[in-house]
Amino acid sequence: MWFFTNRTTRRYHHNHKTHGPHDHHHHDQGRDVESRKSGTREIKVVRRVLDANDIMAERMRTVFAEKKVFVLNMMSSPGSGKTTTLQKTLARIMPDLRCAVIVGDICTTNDADRLARSGAPVIQINTDAFGGDCHLAAHVVERAVADLDLDAVDLLVVENIGNLVCPAEFDIGEDKRVVVLSVTEGEDKPAKYPLMFRECDATLLNKIDLLPYLDFEMDLARRTIAQIHPGMPVFEISAKTEAGFEAWIEWLVDQVKAKLR
Amino acid sequence: MHEMGIAMEIVDIAKASMPADMQGARVQRVNLQVGKLSAIVPDSLRFCFDLVVKDTPLEGAELAIEEVSVVARCKDCQAQWTVTEPVFTCTACRSGAIDILSGRELDIKSIEIEDED
Repeated sequence: MWFFTNRTTRRYHHNHKTHGPHDHHHHDQGRDVESRKSGTREIKVVRRVLDANDIMAERMRTVFAEKKVFVLNMMSSPGSGKTTTLQKTLARIMPDLRCAVIVGDICTTNDADRLARSGAPVIQINTDAFGGDCHLAAHVVERAVADLDLDAVDLLVVENIGNLVCPAEFDIGEDKRVVVLSVTEGEDKPAKYPLMFRECDATLLNKIDLLPYLDFEMDLARRTIAQIHPGMPVFEISAKTEAGFEAWIEWLVDQVKAKLR
Repeated sequence: MHEMGIAMEIVDIAKASMPADMQGARVQRVNLQVGKLSAIVPDSLRFCFDLVVKDTPLEGAELAIEEVSVVARCKDCQAQWTVTEPVFTCTACRSGAIDILSGRELDIKSIEIEDED
């Protein structure tokens, strides 16, 4: 944990050099007392609860900028096909782009084993060790990155924990966020998990090879996503058949190159 | 879902915010703002808070949660409105270029500490 500094209330404390000496009570440690009800003292705090994470994420972002590493945060519900999508994606962009993967899973190394076959360095995080978390936080990514040679990496993909809620809350120092939604999950998911779809920069609608067997309304799904995040690119893909991969890969490679340039 | 971690973070921040001359006093209330667009369920958070305050200066403290509505502003026509359903297009000009002004908060505003003098 980092040392506490109260950034916001510090502003209330004026500088005597410019202000001139005067007679008033200075509150302890730069904290202002807002009110004194009988028997109670209210201390202004004004701090984001996730400050610790955001500070760490910014630090990671600086490291990634120095090392010229593009970081992609991939999020989805469990079973949406993130790992297969990533496997097939890596096969297409390596070795032109030097890739590495951090994969978060509460248990098992199944995903890491599958991804390692791509030849990319894979760091598995079992959040078990960190308390069975529902998301990856910045400090976890920092620890995982310590095992990577960032000088030999252009694209670092963080495959987050399968969950459409919590990962959207946590900045991990990434450049772009992608959400994978499989058509078997139903077209109402963007409306149910608006934060995820607001926070992401692109959506992959996966498993379109199954569309003939489903009642999935593609138009409705696209309309809903467009309401929640107007202008966000939506790619219809099948990780199994690799249908639609060209547009997705082109988008991804453009994003990476824009940073590495 | 991660309310327990959030609750622990709140306790840490509250403890660190106690002035040096008030160490040992009891925190009676933590005033928190939670945006409607954050993935926090107030009831779950209160439940976790009540568990993690045990054996801390916050034991028995009330977690007062003020929910903050989602307010957006259009970048094109400057219209400002409260978002009540997950539709993030401008209500005036239908533009999709908007800023979220509030609704993502998860902030501790203040703590109230028992004071004898």
